[in-house]
Parts: sequence; C-alpha cells; structure tokens
Amino acid sequence: MSTLLTWLFGRLPIGWLQLSHNRMRLVAAVAGVAFANLLVFLQLGILGALNGATVAPYALLNADIMISATDTHTLTDGSNIARARMFQALGVPGVASAMPLFLGTLEFKLPDGSVSKLQTFGFDVERPGFAAPEVAALLPGLETENSAIIDTKSRGIPKTAFAGLLAGKPFAFEVNGHTLSTIGSLAIGGGFTADGTLIVSDQTFLRLFPNRSSGAPNHILLKLNDGAALPVVLNRLRAVLPVESVMVRSLKDAAYADYAYQTTQRPTGIIFGFGVLIGVIVGIVIVYQVLSTDVADHLREYATFKAMGYPQRFFLGIVFEEAIILAIFGFIPGFLVSLGLYAGLRAASGLPVLMDPPRAIMVFVGTLVACAISGVIATRRLAAADPADLF
Amino acid sequence: MVGNTPIIMRGLNHFFGEGEARKQAIWDVNLALEGGKLTVLMGPSGSGKTTLLTLMGCLRNVQEGSIELMGHELHGASEAVLVRLRRRLGFIFQAHNLHESLTATQNVLMGLEVQGAGDRSKQLAAVHHILGLLGLADRVDYLPQNLSGGQKQRVAVARALVGNPEIIFADEPTAALDKDSGHNVVQMLKALGQSRGVTTVMVTHDNRILELADRVITLEEGRVVGDSKPG
Repeated sequence: MSTLLTWLFGRLPIGWLQLSHNRMRLVAAVAGVAFANLLVFLQLGILGALNGATVAPYALLNADIMISATDTHTLTDGSNIARARMFQALGVPGVASAMPLFLGTLEFKLPDGSVSKLQTFGFDVERPGFAAPEVAALLPGLETENSAIIDTKSRGIPKTAFAGLLAGKPFAFEVNGHTLSTIGSLAIGGGFTADGTLIVSDQTFLRLFPNRSSGAPNHILLKLNDGAALPVVLNRLRAVLPVESVMVRSLKDAAYADYAYQTTQRPTGIIFGFGVLIGVIVGIVIVYQVLSTDVADHLREYATFKAMGYPQRFFLGIVFEEAIILAIFGFIPGFLVSLGLYAGLRAASGLPVLMDPPRAIMVFVGTLVACAISGVIATRRLAAADPADLF
Repeated sequence: MVGNTPIIMRGLNHFFGEGEARKQAIWDVNLALEGGKLTVLMGPSGSGKTTLLTLMGCLRNVQEGSIELMGHELHGASEAVLVRLRRRLGFIFQAHNLHESLTATQNVLMGLEVQGAGDRSKQLAAVHHILGLLGLADRVDYLPQNLSGGQKQRVAVARALVGNPEIIFADEPTAALDKDSGHNVVQMLKALGQSRGVTTVMVTHDNRILELADRVITLEEGRVVGDSKPG
C-alpha cells in the first residue's frame, strides 16, 4: 500500500503512514465512515423504492394526456372526474381517443386472516391501446365477468398461490363478496400505499366497487392524433375544460408531479430525505473528529516539517490524503453491507430497493466530498503548528 | 552575503507581547558569523539564545533591525521567501521531533523530499549512507519507538544533514546523548564545516563542547556580553 501511494503521490504517503500506525483509530474511523455510508444508502434505498413504487403504476398506462381533478396529487388521491369531460376532450382538435380510468383499493383476505391491499385498475378492455403492451396483451381475457390479472409480486400473498396460475390454471379468490378468477399475471410489486396490483375490466371494477359510478372515473386518458403537438393540444384542452375543477397534464408530467409530491410533500419522502442529510452529517463529524485529533497529535512533527521548509500545501495534502483514504476504506464495507441490507429489505417488504450504479457512484463521490469538507475544517488546526515553538 | 559571511545581524531587536506586556528579548545585536565555522551560543536560560537562533533560522519574523542570511534580507521577507530559505538550512532540535509513524529511513528521507522529487533509489542510497555514517546501518527500518534516545537523536541529525544544508542550527543537540555520542555528533558537525563549508550555529549549555567551537558568543538578557574564539 505504501509503495503504491508513494508511486501515486511522488512522495512518502505520510497520511496513510499516520493512519495505519494507529490501527485502532483507523478501524474506528473506517467503521464510522462505513456506518455513515450505510445510513445514507439505507435512506436512499427506501427513498428510491418510494420513487420507483410511485412511478411504476404509470408504466401500466399508455397515453399522451391525463385529465384529473384539481385536488389530485397522486394517481390514487383526488376527486373523481365527470365522464362528460371525456366527451368534451374528444371534441378538441388533435385528440384521437379517450378512456376513463378507474382506480380503487381491494382487500385480499389471506387464509391466516391478514389482508393484502391491492391497487385495482379498471381498464376499458375495448381500448387496449391505453394499456402498456404487456397489459394490453392480457386485456381481452378480462372481457369475461369477474376475471382479473394479478400481480405475482404482491406482498403478503404466498407465492404458492400463483403456482397453478403460472402453470396455466386460473386462480380464484374472493374480494368484496365477489369471486375473481385470474386469467393472467404480471410481476409489478407493492408500494407504500398498496401491497400489489390487480387489473380488471371497467365493468368488473364497477361490480367490485358498487358505490362507484361509470360516470365518474378517477382520470381520463387521451391519445393524440399522429402529428398533433402535445403542448398545443394541452393548451386547447385547458381552454375548453373548467380549470377550477379539472387539471390537464401530459402523462409524463403527471407521473413527475406525483413523484415530486411523494418526495417533497409527503412525510415519508421528507423523513427519508432528512435521513440522508443526517447520514452525511454523521459522516462529516466522524471524519472531522478523526482528522482533527490526528492533526493535534502530530503538531510537533508538522512544526518540524514546517521548519524544514515544507509549505502549507504539503500539510493540506496530508490531511486530504487521510480524508480520501478514509472515504475509500469506509465506502467499501458500507457499500457491501448495504447490498446485503437491500436484499433483506426487498425480501421482507417486496419494495423495489435496488442498488443502481448511479446511486453507488453518487454516494461514493458524496463520501469523498464529505471527507474533503471534514479535512478542510480539520486543517484549521494546522495553524497551531508553529516551528518557533519547537525550540 | 559579504565574503564568506552567511549570517550578518545589524541593530537586531526583538520583542514579545503587546502593549504594557511588551518585553524586549533581543537588544541591538550586531554579529557576523563566518562560513564553515562552528559557532556556539551560550548564556543562562532566558538570555535570548533560542530567540536569536529562531530569528536566524527564518522561524520568526524580524521586527527591528536586519538579518542578512545567505545574501537575503529577512526583515520584511515574504513567507514564501522564508520557506525557500529554510530548505537550505538544517535544524537539529533538543527533542528529536521524529515522526512516530515513519521509520528511520523515512524520517531522514523527509529531509530530501523537501528539496523536490528526485530519483528514489539515489535518495534512499543517500539516506542509508548517512545513517550508516551515524552508526545506524542496522536500524534503518526501525520506528522511533524502537530506537534509544541517542539513536533517535542521531536519526534527527541525519535528517538535518542529508539535504546538504548550507547552515545548521542546533538547539542543545547533545542534551539527550551520553558524553561520547554527544561529542561524536558535534565533531561530525565540525568536520562538515571543514570539509564542505557548512556553517553551524549551536545553542548549548554543555561546556564539553566549547573545546570544539570556533567561536563562542555569550548572551545575557538579550545582549551580547561575550564573543571569543577558544584555543
């Protein structure tokens, strides 16, 4: 290691030699940085799962524009919208077709008495073009009354329940007093508000939710004519539809607004975002403590080097060398433990807690920056190394 | 630098503290120290020997008067100039001040690296050569914690000498050494002066060293009260 660093820096790796000389302090410092990394990874993992789970349902849809009630923040909250708006929208130049989308939550009662909440989509099976291709391929099967497409990654439902389904045999279960028969499956996964997804026809949906009306869907999806400009059609729709009660957005913007709402307005997003900040602060404090103690312990040696003619930047280099070593050595175990933790969280919660390369790189760069900031603060102590005091 | 006179002090005064607490430590010192000679500064504690040494060694700023060091005026010199000049000096401290994390070789190597990057194998050869001259050939890879007090001081001497300094400032370099070791170190410094023209300025209370000195300057309460050439 010393040889490598000597070659790398073109000088003795004083920082590394100092750190490795006091093994206990090095182990404690690395453990501290690793712990801070773990904290950040954990918060980012859950935040990422929240984001992933937020935008995943939008991936089931295939539309250019979504019309929703003005009090809508997410796909599932907000008032219902009058179906009459769909006919108004169809009269706007550029709009090719429309479909009302129904959404609700069903409770899947499990044999042990527990309940699995399923986010239920009611699609118009005659308009498969409004569903993502993998959903659209299964929609014809939903024409049969009380048939459904079930999410095999639904949290709480034993995987054995889907064994027959995967072998081609329908799987029957009871919800809201109706027996549903699954005609297909998709692997979607649960989120923070539901354990899984269920897709039915709009007719089955209305039977499952007797208090819902066909005249009041949750959203209206629109597709545009070929060549129609999205911004132009959006403006036309906003001019025609009552802005005090309906909101017209592209599907992409709706998904982004949902994501932004979940991460910045909802307590979950704020809590996990705050957790990331706490992790960063913990890391900075730990590394600062280690570096400042190390500087204080070596003031006489630094003063000696100053007397010998070493410039201030040499000492800054030592402190930054230590900061970077701690960042790298702390990141590696923090990253590896986080991988294990993510796997455990995925298995336990069914949430899409995934380690993607950009996150790993971002945390590594963040660790380097946090350690460098700690180093900058710690170098203030270097001023106390006065070579005249050596005599 | 006037002729072979690397250190010239004129009307040098120095003060510590401010306001009513301001105290004068050096009073109107005028000295010219010849090159290649071993000059000893003597005097009781608090007489200003160490203050004078740190002023000459660019470790304190000159407040009043003048010090011309190797042809450079130190009064008003920038920090960058002082740092550059320090690289041409060697310091030997009473406490060895070796870096605890570095081996003897690495500690001495620090005395060379300050001069800039060079051929590593040549640098190591120079380091091992000087450690060998000081009787430490079998201790080159030892950490300071595994060396005796005398061995540590010899490593510190090697660190000061390895960069071929033009002037060596030594503060009680023999205090931690036994009689023979101390005598050997001072003899080596004197030999360096004779062979390579290195000037040595040494603060000491050790009267045994006086016989080796080319010049003895005595200070009392910040004033030069004696200036003699033994022998």
